[in-house]
Amino acid sequence: MIAFNKYYNQFNIFSISLVVISLFLLTFKGLNFGIDFKGGTLIELRSTDSIINVSSLRDNLNSMNLGDVSVKNFGNETDFLIKFEINNNKNIIGEIKANLDKSFGNTFDFRRVENVGPKVSAELLKSGVIAIAVALTLMLIYIWIRFEWQFSLGAILALFHDVLVTLGLFSLLGLEINLSIIAAVLTIVGYSMNDTVVIFDRVRENLRKYSDIKIYDLTNISINETLSRTLITSITTLLALLSIFFFGGEILKGFSLAMIFGIIFGTYSSIYIANTVLVRLRVSQKTVLRDDESN
Amino acid sequence: MLYFSKFRIISVTLVSLFFILIASSNLFKFENNFLNKKINLGLDLQGGSYLLLEIDNNPVIEQKIQNLSITIRNYFKDKNIRIKNLKILGQKLSFSVDEKFKQTVLDTFNDEESELNPYYPRFKSHQLDISEENNIFFVNYSTQGIVKLKTSSQDQALEIVRRRIDEIGTNEPNILKRGNDRILVELPGLDDPMRIKSLLGKTANLTFRFVTNNDQDSFGAEKLSYEDESEEAALVSKRIILSGDNLLDAQPRMDSETNETVVTFTLDRVGAKRFGKATSTGIGKQLAIVLDNKIISAPVIRDTIASGSGQISGGFTFQSATDLALLLRSGALPAPLNIIEERTVGPDLGQDSINAGMIALAIGFVLVIVFILVKYKIFGLITNITLIVNLFLLIGILTIFEATLTLPGIAGIILTVGMAVDANVLIFERIKEELKNEKNNLIAFDSGYTKSRTAILDANITTLLAAIILFFMGSGPIKGFSLTLGIGIFTTLFSVYFIARLLTVLYVYRNKEKEGLI
Repeated sequence: MIAFNKYYNQFNIFSISLVVISLFLLTFKGLNFGIDFKGGTLIELRSTDSIINVSSLRDNLNSMNLGDVSVKNFGNETDFLIKFEINNNKNIIGEIKANLDKSFGNTFDFRRVENVGPKVSAELLKSGVIAIAVALTLMLIYIWIRFEWQFSLGAILALFHDVLVTLGLFSLLGLEINLSIIAAVLTIVGYSMNDTVVIFDRVRENLRKYSDIKIYDLTNISINETLSRTLITSITTLLALLSIFFFGGEILKGFSLAMIFGIIFGTYSSIYIANTVLVRLRVSQKTVLRDDESN
Repeated sequence: MLYFSKFRIISVTLVSLFFILIASSNLFKFENNFLNKKINLGLDLQGGSYLLLEIDNNPVIEQKIQNLSITIRNYFKDKNIRIKNLKILGQKLSFSVDEKFKQTVLDTFNDEESELNPYYPRFKSHQLDISEENNIFFVNYSTQGIVKLKTSSQDQALEIVRRRIDEIGTNEPNILKRGNDRILVELPGLDDPMRIKSLLGKTANLTFRFVTNNDQDSFGAEKLSYEDESEEAALVSKRIILSGDNLLDAQPRMDSETNETVVTFTLDRVGAKRFGKATSTGIGKQLAIVLDNKIISAPVIRDTIASGSGQISGGFTFQSATDLALLLRSGALPAPLNIIEERTVGPDLGQDSINAGMIALAIGFVLVIVFILVKYKIFGLITNITLIVNLFLLIGILTIFEATLTLPGIAGIILTVGMAVDANVLIFERIKEELKNEKNNLIAFDSGYTKSRTAILDANITTLLAAIILFFMGSGPIKGFSLTLGIGIFTTLFSVYFIARLLTVLYVYRNKEKEGLI
């Protein structure tokens, strides 16, 4: 049996620091919103001419007065991703195409064009925030119905921890937040909850079974009993996600990366946040028995 | 728990076979219509354009308010009430009347039977709101009036958009209303949306009006510039001789005399009559052909044209003449459309995404299968068989409903593969624990299944909640993700509780006495 409970304090401090750092990053550095949420234009180009590089492409586009233009390679040397801010010119894509053809010859294939206006991006951001809020609320209601309040608090704290730290990491690394990241965050919420609930289920079962074991040791027993399941499920899920990350193409990279972070944090928080809340709230056999009687 | 009736075994097998058959119809062609279904590929996988158009209703409202000013003046004139200081303030009207008529005016507007101000009993609201301040009346569209107006302009715009897209002839376009002032257009397989975008961006409001040389024209006049800026702006009367509504047909043609591309048009009966009259009285005058407030050309009338047909020249290329003819045939939009969101994926990127998605699925699948096999041996094999059937079930259900598969949707399938083993793992781990205290394999397996049930249910409900929220909040590709993730939960539960359990039961019964079974 691994003595997870020996490190409850250390990891609590660690987690609190992570959350504080994340909040700090989110407040002062902010998130790198993609065009879905900020508005603007994204163009994915493929060049048949391998001589063209990012800087020559950037110089060319900078001469078009597009405002803040970002140009980078996308996956390989001949693929480029161009992004610029909201532009009021309706025919901007046509003009860029004409300009590129003029400067480089007819070497570019426009593989993807996305253009999001200010109104739509504001709406997408709003609905994204609402979606996450609704998800957290529903999880709260679900866990509140299923468990005693001490458990609910533990699960919700773990959930907030996972979401905040994942977003904090995205802020730190300057990774782009787009629609698929919202999907990833929601899936993380589901996964983290799932992971916590499985351990909590066992804690509750053990609370009923043993009256003489203190919650400090009881949580440790429960974590150990469910440990191989926790690990196996995390591993298979991570295997699937790593496969998406490495082989699923550039478009899914951000999504799978967010999920990978989230699964790791989710697994960690089920052990070190959710359970320590039970310990700190001095949950005992009475807590669950009282509830059984009232049912 | 561990008992399976013959009937159940047969039905589980049949259901599984059925879905395998359905799922494989994506690869093979079946003669049978029911089986010959395929998963729809989303625009991000097959390539195509997604355009969200917003109708700019402000010009419509302003126009309606202008018309209303005339209506109000005439209406009260008949009742011998003089409307004074009638002013149009954008989307509002203001006027005043003599003190003694004030109540009459208010009553006229607030009467539920009012002809001037229609009442919508369903919404308990009039079309127009009237308010009074310092003896000045203000009239504007009520919230409900605006809604009605928007819905009707959306209906018209949808029809025109559909006609224009049909004329271009893209395959299976999807044109849908969104809210009350938006139209969603999905054009699968369209590589270059430039032309469609420019066609949808034009209101195509065509008018024929005389060029005048004084602004004392009784209808008023306005200065309009030329489309190709070849000539100085000209003063054009506001009196409309003909509009696009009078057009029956328009076609691009090569004029054999001048060797110029022109657009020929045919007018309806009313139009032909008016055109004939205007051309007979206006010989020597310039008739401006105005499209969206730009003059295309303004030829001098030489003869009376009574045939009801004519041609528009204006330095067209064959492409621009074709497009103009198309716009004229399909009619004018009630209001300008703005493209507020565009997402276009080229077909080769779509194919690349499919390939990458399939490779990721295959590799993810193999990794999970090998890991589980190493970890659980014979029960790993059972889990893996379940996983394969699960995948067929998931694809089969998507196929039956002809659901749309997107790139995030493929990610959802891969994720399902990773998470689907969770239920089996929960069960097997529980059985292992039970076996520590219980020597009878059958009892241990039975209680393993029973005791793990709540945890499995919990685990899946939480993921399902997340998927449901995503389905209702998400758009396009994200919806595809929530769909596969959500359906994946049900297929996982089915395959775990029916297929995996059946296989487990068969194995455990044969090895009742064996120790260290799992």
